[in-house]
Parts: sequence; structure tokens; C-alpha cells
Amino acid sequence: MTAFFQYYLGLPYGGAWFIATIAGILLIALPLMLAVAMIIYADRKIWAAMALRRGPNVVGPFGLLQSFADGLKVFLQETIIPSAANRGLFLLAPIITFTVALIVWAVVPFGPGMVLANINIGLLYVLGASSIGVYGVIISGWSSNSKYPFYSALRAAAQMVSYEVSIGFVLISVVLWAGTFNLSAIIEAQRAHIFGFINAFGFNPLLFPMAVVFFISSLAETARAPFDLTEAESELVAGYQTEYSSMSFALFWLGEYANVILMCGLNAILFWGGWLPPVDWAPLYFIPGIIWFFLKILFFFFVFSWVKATVPRYRYDQLMRLGWKIFLPLSLIWVFLVSGFLMLTRYGV
Amino acid sequence: MSVAHYIKSFTLWEFVKAHWLTLKYFFKPKATINYPFEKNPLSPRFRGEHALRRYPNGEERCIACKLCEAVCPAQAITIEAQPRDDGSRRTTRYDIDMTKCIYCGFCQEACPVDAIVEGPNFEFSTETREELIYDKAKLLENGDRWERAIAANLAADAPYR
Repeated sequence: MTAFFQYYLGLPYGGAWFIATIAGILLIALPLMLAVAMIIYADRKIWAAMALRRGPNVVGPFGLLQSFADGLKVFLQETIIPSAANRGLFLLAPIITFTVALIVWAVVPFGPGMVLANINIGLLYVLGASSIGVYGVIISGWSSNSKYPFYSALRAAAQMVSYEVSIGFVLISVVLWAGTFNLSAIIEAQRAHIFGFINAFGFNPLLFPMAVVFFISSLAETARAPFDLTEAESELVAGYQTEYSSMSFALFWLGEYANVILMCGLNAILFWGGWLPPVDWAPLYFIPGIIWFFLKILFFFFVFSWVKATVPRYRYDQLMRLGWKIFLPLSLIWVFLVSGFLMLTRYGV
Repeated sequence: MSVAHYIKSFTLWEFVKAHWLTLKYFFKPKATINYPFEKNPLSPRFRGEHALRRYPNGEERCIACKLCEAVCPAQAITIEAQPRDDGSRRTTRYDIDMTKCIYCGFCQEACPVDAIVEGPNFEFSTETREELIYDKAKLLENGDRWERAIAANLAADAPYR
């Protein structure tokens, strides 16, 4: 894109690069916000359908404009700041959540070469940036100066830290197999991975358990059901967002769902071939990679909603047990297994 | 903790079964009706909004016996009565506080002349509390408006009364 601006606007390289980057950011962030609106609608629809309800169906055709109506309502509300709250931190927290949810998208490859920042440590960047996301939750819970948000923030902190540990080990086994931290290269490594024609790490019997662990951990990482203890409405009102209203509330909402889409995307990228078609068969490559990527994201989002509609919420000790006593040892053993297998087959001990 | 238990929990067997169930429900016809456009059928005995009925010649049925006022467990009914100019006993005031009413139907059971009835209407929400304190004029107007439906319901329920 830099070359395009250099050529048509006659800008020097620096200026063209700046404009191209801004354009790239807008090109990702704006459709992402639209996608978030539609995915909230989809979430409600899927959830409703599995409970034999109809879901939103009044605003616009099939209720498609429901999220925009909700957004408008929230936008027109007054921002209420509790008198006991720490004003600065209280307003900073949703901004952190929202910003962090967006910055991770910089390294997500949408198609061959379609990535804003093709850095060679993309996966580390994803891990680092999504770890910062917990600060938004903690700060909001702390600065609200109210007991339920505070409980929620403590839960969120412990939960995200616990599951990031096992996510880290899962990612190590993927990185070992792909031999790179670059997300585009990880996708390329999956080309014709199984039997010479299936484009996915997920069907590899050694990596499939890790794909499942990663999927469940990503549910916990985004605080989706059955791990939505941070906003367990029967115990904590609405969790860390309890004291929020208006746009600060909406920013949490947008950030949360942007994170959910991101996690769906990461599932697709790391284990199910990203922008590659499912099978390495020439006619399938006529469909652009970005469409395959979106289809995979949609599939995983459907599964996210499906899980939400099916599984009851975990108790907190069960959550911790699953994270520390099952996923951590399992993924640790799997790192040994995968690295041992690779040493045996690739490098020949 | 048997081996079978471990296999079951590590293959997420229970979860797979549960998800299969919800997936089947996903494709089932929905139980919810499109409420303002579709409505469920109502029993002839449905106890909705109150109405004071009239005889076909336009004379109001209520004879101010105050049985409904006496039986009302929520004490929502207030009646004042006086002989009319032609000597017949009629109510001068017949108020029902719809915010007190518990829709038990005792008033229509107590009524000897089928004057006070609970009609099939349940969509009478208002924006203010005051509008829910019905006076005689409002109740008679309800009676006129819903007479056909109420008469049909009473006829349908007649064999069982």
C-alpha cells in the first residue's frame, strides 16, 4: 500500500508509509467495529435459537439493526461516574480494554500478505498484548470502589493469568511444529500438512488435543461462558462493568467482543489453517483467502455461542482446578511429546 | 475414579452429548410467538380487564348489591349507591383500583346479575398510575366495547356454571 501512495500521491516514502499505515488501521478497525455489532446480534440469535426463542427480530429486517439501536441508546446516555470512584482510572479502564482489543489485530493475517504488521514475533505480540487486556478489567474493578466490581476484577485477574499459562504451552507446541513465531508463516506451515492435502494442524493427532485445550482456554481468556465468572450476573450484578454506563460501558462491550472475534481468529490461524482453504485442492484457491478466514472465524464464533447456550457456569474452584491441575500438566506433557516427536522425525537423534 | 471415568472426562463425552442436544434444539421450530402480531388462544374463563355490562336495552345490569365489594379480597372495589329518579337502586360510584386488583374473579362469581365481569382483554397498560383507577364510566365503556366477546365467553362457559 505504501508503494501505491508513493506512486499516486507523489509522496516521499515516509509520508506514504504513514498514510498507508493509517489507512490500514482504519481498514481493519472500522470493519471490525461493524463485525462486532453483527456478531453481538449473531450471538443473541444463536443463543436464543438454542433456547427455542426467536431472539431480536424487530429492529430492521430480521432484527439485523438491533446492535445499532442498542449502540445508539448507549451513546445517548449520560456517563455516570460514582462519587467514590477514582475518576481518572475509572475512565481509563474501558479505554485500555478497547485499545488492547484493537491493537492485537495489527498482526492478524487476513490473507496472503494482507497483514498490517508482518512482524516475526507475531505470536509473542499477541500473547503480550492480550495479557495487557486484563489491566482494563482490574483497573475498572478497583477504581469503581464498589464491592462487586472488585470481586469480579480479582476473579478476572486470577482466571486470565491461570489460563494464559496453559495457552503459552499450547502455543509453544504449535511454534515447535511450525518453526516460527510469525503468524503468516505458521499458516503457511499448515499447507498440505495432513496426508499431503489437508491444510490444518488441528487434524494432526499430536496437535489435536492442544487445539481443544486452546479452544477451551480461549473461552476462559475471553471470559465467555462457561467461564464467565467475572460477570456472573447472579452473584456479581454485572461484574466489573457494574458501575459503568453510556460509552464507557459500550467500550467494554466492544472490546470484549473484539477479543472474542480475535480468539476465534487465533483458533483458525493456529490450528485450522487461517486463510488457507480446508483442503489443498486448486479450485478452492479461487475463493480469496480472506473469505476462508472469515468463514473459519464465523464457525468458531458459532461454537463459542453454542458452548454458551449449552454449558452451565463453572464454580470458581472448578475453574482453577481445570486451569492448573489439568490444562497446565497436560499442555506441559504435550510440549515434551511434540518436541520429542520432532527431534525423532525431523532432526534424527 | 475408574478408567472409564477418565476416558469419559478426557474425551469430553458429556460435553459432546450436551452440544449435540442443543444443536438439535437449534433447528427446532421456535416456541416463542411473535407477540404483538401473534397471540395465544385464551380460555373463555380468562380473567382480564374488568367491565360493567348492560342489558340489550341499554340499562346497566348492576343493582348495587355490593356483593363484589364485600367479597373482594384486595378491597379494590368501592361502591356508593342511591335510588335513581325512577326508584330503581343504582350505583352512583363504582370504582375499581386496578393496581390493587389481584384478578381472582371473585367479583364476577359473586355478581347475581352478571354485571361485573372480567373480560378477555389483558392489554390495558398505562403510562400513569392514575389511569389504572377505573371509575364507573370507564368500566361501562369497557362493557360496551367488549360486550360481544364477553357474551360469547359467558355462553361458552354457561354449561359449567
